[in-house]
Amino acid sequence: MYKIIEKQIFSEVTKLLSVYAPKIAKSCRPGQFVMIRIDEKGERIPLTIADFDPEKGTISLVFQEIGKSTQQLGALEQGEFIKDVAGPLGHPTHIFDSGTVILVGGGVGVAPIYPIAREFKKAGCNVIGIIGARNKELLFWEEKMSAACNSLYITTDDGSYVRKGFVTDVMKELIEEIGKENIALIMAIGPQPMMRACCNLSKGYEIRTLVSLNALMVDGTGMCGCCRVSVGGSTKFVCVDGPEFDGHQVDWLELYRRSTYFCDEEKSAKDIYNSEKGNHACGCGGIQ
Amino acid sequence: MTEKKKTGIKIIPSKNPMPLQDHKLRASNFDEVALGYDYETAVAEASRCLQCKNAPCSRGCPVEIDIPEFLRLAALGNFKAAISKIKEKNTLPGVCGRVCPQESQCEKDCTLGIKHQPVSIGRVERFCADFELADKEDKITNKLIPPSSGYKVAIVGSGPAGLTCAADLAKEGHRVTVFEALHVAGGVLMYGIPEFRLPKGIVEAEVKNVVDLGVEIELNSVVGRLVTIDQLLDEEGYNAVFIGTGAGLPYFMGIPGENLCGVYSANEFLTRTNLMKAYLFPQWDTPIKIGKRVVVLGGGNVAMDAARTALRLGAEESIIVYRRSEKELPARAEEVEHAYEEGVKFYYLTNPVKLLGDEDGIVSGMECLKYELGEPDATGRRSPIAVKGSEHIIEADTIVVAIGQGPNELVPMTTKGLETNKKGNIIADPETGATSRPGVFAGGDVVTGAATVILAMGAGKLGAKSIHEYLLNSKIDKPLGREGN
Repeated sequence: MYKIIEKQIFSEVTKLLSVYAPKIAKSCRPGQFVMIRIDEKGERIPLTIADFDPEKGTISLVFQEIGKSTQQLGALEQGEFIKDVAGPLGHPTHIFDSGTVILVGGGVGVAPIYPIAREFKKAGCNVIGIIGARNKELLFWEEKMSAACNSLYITTDDGSYVRKGFVTDVMKELIEEIGKENIALIMAIGPQPMMRACCNLSKGYEIRTLVSLNALMVDGTGMCGCCRVSVGGSTKFVCVDGPEFDGHQVDWLELYRRSTYFCDEEKSAKDIYNSEKGNHACGCGGIQ
Repeated sequence: MTEKKKTGIKIIPSKNPMPLQDHKLRASNFDEVALGYDYETAVAEASRCLQCKNAPCSRGCPVEIDIPEFLRLAALGNFKAAISKIKEKNTLPGVCGRVCPQESQCEKDCTLGIKHQPVSIGRVERFCADFELADKEDKITNKLIPPSSGYKVAIVGSGPAGLTCAADLAKEGHRVTVFEALHVAGGVLMYGIPEFRLPKGIVEAEVKNVVDLGVEIELNSVVGRLVTIDQLLDEEGYNAVFIGTGAGLPYFMGIPGENLCGVYSANEFLTRTNLMKAYLFPQWDTPIKIGKRVVVLGGGNVAMDAARTALRLGAEESIIVYRRSEKELPARAEEVEHAYEEGVKFYYLTNPVKLLGDEDGIVSGMECLKYELGEPDATGRRSPIAVKGSEHIIEADTIVVAIGQGPNELVPMTTKGLETNKKGNIIADPETGATSRPGVFAGGDVVTGAATVILAMGAGKLGAKSIHEYLLNSKIDKPLGREGN
């Protein structure tokens, strides 16, 4: 059992749970994820580690309530428990120490991009952050990101905060301004359409671009192959070969189709959960 | 039952049949297929044993159970003594009695089997184990835990190899911790083998027996990520490590279309169903999606499990597609027979070259070739040769790839000085289980490639024996002191 030490509510659907898992907090690196199971009958779901504190022995998980499991997770309070947390899983981000890196976080993707930004800056890189959300309400960690980056840009789809538009708008301008030869790496983490858009843009400039993929998983340890994805024409397991891949090589259509294969089942589980709980459907849209 | 003295050898030529759940009924539920002997039948079957002095059966058992002796005790109706005798060597009798391929091990060399049917050793073993589990009032306790040796041993993986190794080392007084990546212990016994062949309650009970010996099991602990073997040895004070991580990496065929939706590895298909209880969705949260016509590729036990599972999940048709003929099926005869009875269809000498999908990327079938058998290959089986012009389409809504599993590379990848072969299997001395890294031993599927539960248990036993000798012969400090704690 893993105790929830702290809960933060970023928006109606975006929440943070800080969980006591001292061994994971000690061994994890930016870019890795955990598999959690809320209770005895729960499914195993992957969540990227948003932050970790080896001193306190905690890891932070930021998630958006999309389906039954994430809604159930969001309903847990400080002092309650998550049955299983396994990790850290996947390869950590490869951190290097010089040059300019552009780190793009969209939606809840801001959470996993944060520790990566912090490490790159600590290592000596010039870190440019771009974070975006649909609206002001869904944006979080501006201050933390500001501290972790040398410069930070913000967009909202509806213009309710700072600049109206998409992260790719800022990204394009920055590439033009800095020059593609001066950018060592772009990393994009967020919903699939956003990562795909970033990759489409950077591909034209031939700038190396990494993405952190959010495939469906069952065990998360390389055992089932549910998370397989075609990268550069060969099959990779997101859980053990990733989660980060060269975004220019990813077969995005295949990833999208595989990610949404259980949509009907997810919807029915959510409907049952909400009717049992008397909740309103949250209207947050399907899987991204 | 009172003691019955054996007055002479009476040959009873045939095995007592195993009562089974009706085949039509069972194809739609997950209850155990083989119902088990009753008391009288177990006594009768055990009584068939000729009590050979040379015990060829025991020599065929990878964990060397004293089979004639446990059968003698069972024939007397003394099942408590019988199970104690089995447990001297075998930590998981309820599991082994159900899933061991006895026909190619203990029962293969049974003297009675030369002219007649061999004693059904596995079925009696199962009865003994179930007898003990059912007898809650008067639970047979394991041998008292011996005083601590002062040594600490880490076991990676809680499957049959790891559990056996852990139990044997605990019995020698070593402090044993098992690290398991999943949220339950048991490895393939929990995620792979279906409920209808091996009820999970049996596995849980036998895992508990291991824990009762003083073994600690740390769940959700992915060795190689949470902690490395180097750290266990160098920083956490373990004196030896046994790696029993199994063959958990699913192989695919490498043909076009394998990433279409509706194509599962057997591991995924079975893990969703067994470990995550997808057949109870939505009461349990993990879903599984299955179409009317399910095709399973492969001919081993895992393929049989997947095809039979598909029927239970509601498939109208479940078809095994295998590139060789019936004779070459690697699955146990009994599993094949049960699959046939339940209505699984078999397309032999057929193999896909390409999986086909619809416009939404969902699998719709496969393009196949017919094969004929040529000369025997390295495994002694006749190798299939494609027949020219035999292209044809087999329609399918769901395809399960069950062509084998390999080792997960996480542990070798993160452990210094641990040698592996081309397939990624850890290289271990067959006599001792010792790897290229001192103090690190390995056994089971991670060494041999996917094999059987009992062979993994045999390897776990060997590993325990070697680790025990290694600890006693080494001059390493005892981290727990003389008394331990």
